[in-house]
Amino acid sequence: MLKLEQVNAYYGRVQALRDISLEVSEGEIVAVIGPNGAGKSTLMNTISGIVSARSGQITFAGVPIAGCRPEQIVRLGLSQVPERRQVFSTMSVADNLVLGAYHRYRHEHKETIAQDMDFVFEIFPRLKDRIKQMAGTLSGGEQQMLALGRAWMAKPKLLLMDEPSLGLAPLLVKEILRVSGELRNQGMTILLVEQNARAALDLADRAYVMESGEVVLAGSAEQLTADARVQTAYLGRKPVSN
Amino acid sequence: MKALWARRNLVNVIAFTVVLAALGAVDIFRPFGLSFSALTGRVVTLDTMIRIGILTIVVVGLNLLMGYAGQVSLGQAGFYALGAYFSGILSTLATRHTILPGITGLWWWPWLMIVVSMILTGGFAYLVGKPILRLKGNYLAMATLGLGVIIHILAGQFPDITGGYDGLTGVPRLSIGSFTLWPMQRYYFLVWGAAIAVIVISLSLVDSRIGRALRAVHTSEVAAEASGVDAEQYKVQALVLSAIFASLAGSLYAHFQGAVSPSPFSFRASVELVVMAAVGGLASTWGAPFGVGLIYVVRDLLKSQLERLLNVRSGEYELIVYGIILVSIMIFMPEGLTASSVQFMQGRRRRHGNIEPQRVQSNGTVEDLGQ
Repeated sequence: MLKLEQVNAYYGRVQALRDISLEVSEGEIVAVIGPNGAGKSTLMNTISGIVSARSGQITFAGVPIAGCRPEQIVRLGLSQVPERRQVFSTMSVADNLVLGAYHRYRHEHKETIAQDMDFVFEIFPRLKDRIKQMAGTLSGGEQQMLALGRAWMAKPKLLLMDEPSLGLAPLLVKEILRVSGELRNQGMTILLVEQNARAALDLADRAYVMESGEVVLAGSAEQLTADARVQTAYLGRKPVSN
Repeated sequence: MKALWARRNLVNVIAFTVVLAALGAVDIFRPFGLSFSALTGRVVTLDTMIRIGILTIVVVGLNLLMGYAGQVSLGQAGFYALGAYFSGILSTLATRHTILPGITGLWWWPWLMIVVSMILTGGFAYLVGKPILRLKGNYLAMATLGLGVIIHILAGQFPDITGGYDGLTGVPRLSIGSFTLWPMQRYYFLVWGAAIAVIVISLSLVDSRIGRALRAVHTSEVAAEASGVDAEQYKVQALVLSAIFASLAGSLYAHFQGAVSPSPFSFRASVELVVMAAVGGLASTWGAPFGVGLIYVVRDLLKSQLERLLNVRSGEYELIVYGIILVSIMIFMPEGLTASSVQFMQGRRRRHGNIEPQRVQSNGTVEDLGQ
């Protein structure tokens, strides 16, 4: 469904992505793990068109999207839950969700959009209690739920999630991941970027490990969980144990 | 919920229109020999009211640009100047040089030129906006400041066309057929009619898909783009619309004064427009007329009263007191006049009786939180 071949991206003269190749098939949850500054968020922003790739191919559902504007990519069915949530803080919860459905607003019935909003409230009942509240006054966990709901409102085929666990209590991380799993069961494909490697590997089918802009390891979640290097670097186990 | 919003807007617009029409009617019918300025204790004259109406049009546009789209403009007086000059030049020069004889003297020629000015100014804003709006924050402020200064300086050059620093004179009065929109009592209705139209456009825009997109761009450009909003496009459109409003106001100013010169379009004017928008409340369409009105009234009062009270020739004192008033407004009413007074009223009501908790929205309107 999504395929990256030899993608390079730069911030000015600094290279942030080096020859990244990765693939996400339909119905999968794929995780990208790695330390701070490995280029994980740049990878996400490059896929969604916010950062433009200097070279390489990105194909989504058979369409080359490298060089497309973000709004065109969203229209193709790829939406992003940005890092640090980035909810529209001075707008109500309801308005945030309606904005998620922004590109559908012109040609779809308001009722279908309202139904989708009801679905978001079904999976995140706490948002429903705060429907008219300003998004900026929500707790971190609620904002993450809102950001996820907002991205879902675009009815994407592929959801990019950038650090959904950032700054959240463990219980909330669990909740967000539970919902992600639920979305996958309904046929959603998810590409997830996480520093919390354990949580990511628990949820994902496959994973890539990134370090300083490069993919250094790839494999199924089980393989990587068992990999000695991953264990010591990301899962906090001592090299000899296990 | 949507219907309720619309109804509240409609009620506000009707109330506002009725009050202004009633005020305007006073000077035409003169009940009991009253005139408009006598009614306000000679503080606000009809002339002031017309100026407030004209600047309201500019500030409504500035509010869309700064309050909703979140893009600073310190050069709005430049667009205002363009409207005034285009209108002034096009409605006088053609006649003076007998280009298009027979047409330029007709009553609809100046009206047509107002529209042409709006198109020209809007087109100019589009061309300039594309590169300028890539800048953010202070850099954008600097760029727009520069733009305003350049227009102001250019207006003083080319004496053959713009009249140089002396300006253009002989800008004709507007009329519909043989009905001239002058004296002032008639022009009042034209200006405020236009101001109310602009307010209605702004209110409906803010409540639409476009308004939501603008507010989204304001809070987080990245997230807006990730949601599929073409942020760049929207920023440019907001600038163009605000420039078109400013141009309309400029044209109305030119036909009101009958003359155009560079001095009212200086950098100081741009800053004053921003102050008016901020005092009224950014991201509040209704803040515009009240912000402009308050600034005018305060300035006029200071000018006339300070001399009498302190028994000194005002000048500098006037500016000092004016500054103190502005600073206190920003300290005690940081969200501007409209939002703060709504909050104040609610606070009182809440203390005196039991009402549902409410929240003032970013656009200055109020929403129930009680479920």
